[in-house]
Amino acid sequence: MAVPEPRAVSESFEELALPLLDRLYNFAHWLTQNREEAEDLVQETYAKALKGFSSFQPGTNFRAWIYRILRNVFLTSRTGLKEQSLDQDDDEAKEANLPADRKTPESILLERMDQQLVHKALDQLPVVYREALLLCEFEEMSYQEISATLGVPVGTVMSRLSRARRALRETARRLQEG
Amino acid sequence: MACELWTAKLDTYLDGELPREEELALREHLRTCPGCASQALDRIQTKRSIQAAAMRFQPDPAFRARIRQSVAAPPARRAWKWNWPPLLALSAACVVLIAALWITHLQNRAREQHLVSELVDLHVSTLASSTPVDVVSSDRHTVKPWFEGKLPFTFDLPDLQGSQFSLVGGRTSYLNQSVGAELIFRLRQHNISVFIFQKRAVETGCAENTATSELNFHLRNWSKNGLCYFVIGDVSADDLQKLATLLKS
Repeated sequence: MAVPEPRAVSESFEELALPLLDRLYNFAHWLTQNREEAEDLVQETYAKALKGFSSFQPGTNFRAWIYRILRNVFLTSRTGLKEQSLDQDDDEAKEANLPADRKTPESILLERMDQQLVHKALDQLPVVYREALLLCEFEEMSYQEISATLGVPVGTVMSRLSRARRALRETARRLQEG
Repeated sequence: MACELWTAKLDTYLDGELPREEELALREHLRTCPGCASQALDRIQTKRSIQAAAMRFQPDPAFRARIRQSVAAPPARRAWKWNWPPLLALSAACVVLIAALWITHLQNRAREQHLVSELVDLHVSTLASSTPVDVVSSDRHTVKPWFEGKLPFTFDLPDLQGSQFSLVGGRTSYLNQSVGAELIFRLRQHNISVFIFQKRAVETGCAENTATSELNFHLRNWSKNGLCYFVIGDVSADDLQKLATLLKS
């Protein structure tokens, strides 16, 4: 049986990057929470990725590669710098600041967890949790891919996801109650 | 294992990232523990809620078009890529053409050189002969008719009376198996040969009004009415030019 050629070997930047446009924009908007900034972020991401495409190794993970570029561009943007100053990546400290999980049965909450509520809860998450959660749940990236995208060890990915989920539940509950 | 330890692994399990052995053990536990199974169900619902809510923002069509345009390979670069084979072919064709022209040029030069050498040899052998001319006369009306029947062509022979050149006589000559006329003129003590051949006898064609030098002999040539004229001698190039001008008049 003929072995198909790896896609990335024969595909151009256009063919690899354009199908990701909507998802990249969505992710960028979640990060920046602003349409104009999201557009700037995506545009700069595409420009940088196109310029650096020669350094991309065909056959490796293009999606993780371009998401990583987007995230790096975001981190150097005004909003990204502001978020970083607020989100010191000190997971222990973050742990202390998180609302305590009050062990309320989740089923009661989640049944009423409509889209608007999830949007609000996600909006209120610190950006380091929001991005990890979106990459995992929405982009369905493996821990390894998230690790490559965010440039942190897999262990850190796991702890961020765990805290992100707990924070989301608590925020949703708070919004529900408030 | 206590349920807290199992529930701590639930998210990793649902993300499909738990090692195989632990995954099987947790799956087994969920079959027997309603509390943990309920939590697992809740978390699956949370995942689904996030997945459904996460696709929230759509780029507007204008922005999408802008990105598409910026990402499309630059036309110049594409053209460059696409044109490589024709460019290479064109370059190769140019190289071949230049080489062919150069070779032709070299061959022509070699033939011209050969012709000049032949004419010099004919001139020298005439002068070395004990009978340099077969018709001895300074009268053109004697010399020109002598060639009748000996040549497949006729030629003009101007009157040089009053000039510094005097006609000595004539003989037939051969170039590339073609017969032609050789006239001998004298300037002071110098003999000058004037060869007249049909153009077809001259392989390289008869270049117009060219001057050449070979072994200190000077040569002037021109063509007229299908005939090639060559004037050759050891006089100065200026004197040779004067005789050529008189003969052309």
